Amino acid sequence: MSEVATEVELLGLGDDALIAAQRLAEWVSRAPTLEEDVALANIALDQLGAARMLLAAVGDEDELAYRRDDHQFRNCLLAELPLGPGRGDLDFGWTMSWLLMLSAAQLLRYTDLAGGSDEQAAAIGAKAVKESTYHLDHARQWMLRLGGGTEESQRRVQQGLDGLWPYGHELTEGIRDRWLAIVEPVLAEAGLKRPDDRWRPGGGRDGRHTEHLSYLLAEMQSLHRAHPGAQW
Amino acid sequence: MTATRADAAAIAGAVPDPELRVVTIGELGIVRGAEQAEDGHVVVTITPTYSGCPAMDAIRDDIRSALAAAGYADVEVKTVLSPAWSTDMITESGWAALERTGIAAPGPSGTPTCPRCGHQGRPTPVLQISRYASTPCQSLWSCRSCLEPFNAIKKL
Ligand SMILES: [Zn+2]
Repeated sequence: MSEVATEVELLGLGDDALIAAQRLAEWVSRAPTLEEDVALANIALDQLGAARMLLAAVGDEDELAYRRDDHQFRNCLLAELPLGPGRGDLDFGWTMSWLLMLSAAQLLRYTDLAGGSDEQAAAIGAKAVKESTYHLDHARQWMLRLGGGTEESQRRVQQGLDGLWPYGHELTEGIRDRWLAIVEPVLAEAGLKRPDDRWRPGGGRDGRHTEHLSYLLAEMQSLHRAHPGAQW
Repeated sequence: MTATRADAAAIAGAVPDPELRVVTIGELGIVRGAEQAEDGHVVVTITPTYSGCPAMDAIRDDIRSALAAAGYADVEVKTVLSPAWSTDMITESGWAALERTGIAAPGPSGTPTCPRCGHQGRPTPVLQISRYASTPCQSLWSCRSCLEPFNAIKKL
């Protein structure tokens, strides 16, 4: 990564966090236990907090969150994918595979920001790094439990991993080796198989998204677009 | 009454945290300071505990009302991120107030001491039930000595 964080980088990271926050919020009131419900809501809140700092660093956060169309978003595809095998599905094993992949990448990106020469970006990175460390640890603990749990829990977490793995290439562009150094040991310890590297879907950073982002944005933006500036 | 700069910082610092009412935002290390210009304009600087902390708006409002009540008409609340907030910024009196309400400190090893019975987790464990609790900055624990659940501030 370059010394000075560019606006494009900050926007990409901000969009990753914003879209991830919206995705994770789908778990609120539906998680397997009350404690997990609170945990996922808190992680979503952290993601939203990071998104607000990053988007405010490049422009007007509300304009950026609510007034852009799909093709103007710069999040990686992984962030927008459903948290289960199909649209509208919510699968916990799948979600933990997603969170492991995402939070390991965010931790590295934020660490790089924190060490960069742009003062504002460094402050945001230093703040977000601490929270990402918790997210990664949360995902890791669940990967170990689910991977080492029942046949069913292992099957489902592996299914999520297999389904999401291809999207990890776009997610980890430029940080792949460091990312693998975090993720691979978790998979090994959890007794999970590291999927093969085959197809590499991408394009999110250039504004080419899946249809899943359209549905997500429709839900996230509808109120603001119908009632601009609405507050409650 | 003539108010001084130190007064403004003290008044802002004495505002109770909207979520953890037993401690002030000064004790939590959220208030970084206050500056008053010649023309009376006061700038209070605060820092968020967690970046997504939903209490920040309430904190800003509470600071403005507290200072308005003390005669400061022109108050601006500025948020800074650096240096990032950490649990080390909580003051001794802050920790004491938290502990009195049953919220434990993270403990040097990461395992808190039970605030109800003082049990330190050996040989009977103090178990972490969830690393997230009623606020983003707390985790949920269960003491296997007195069998009570309690919250602890997460090390950050
Ligand atoms: Zn106890």
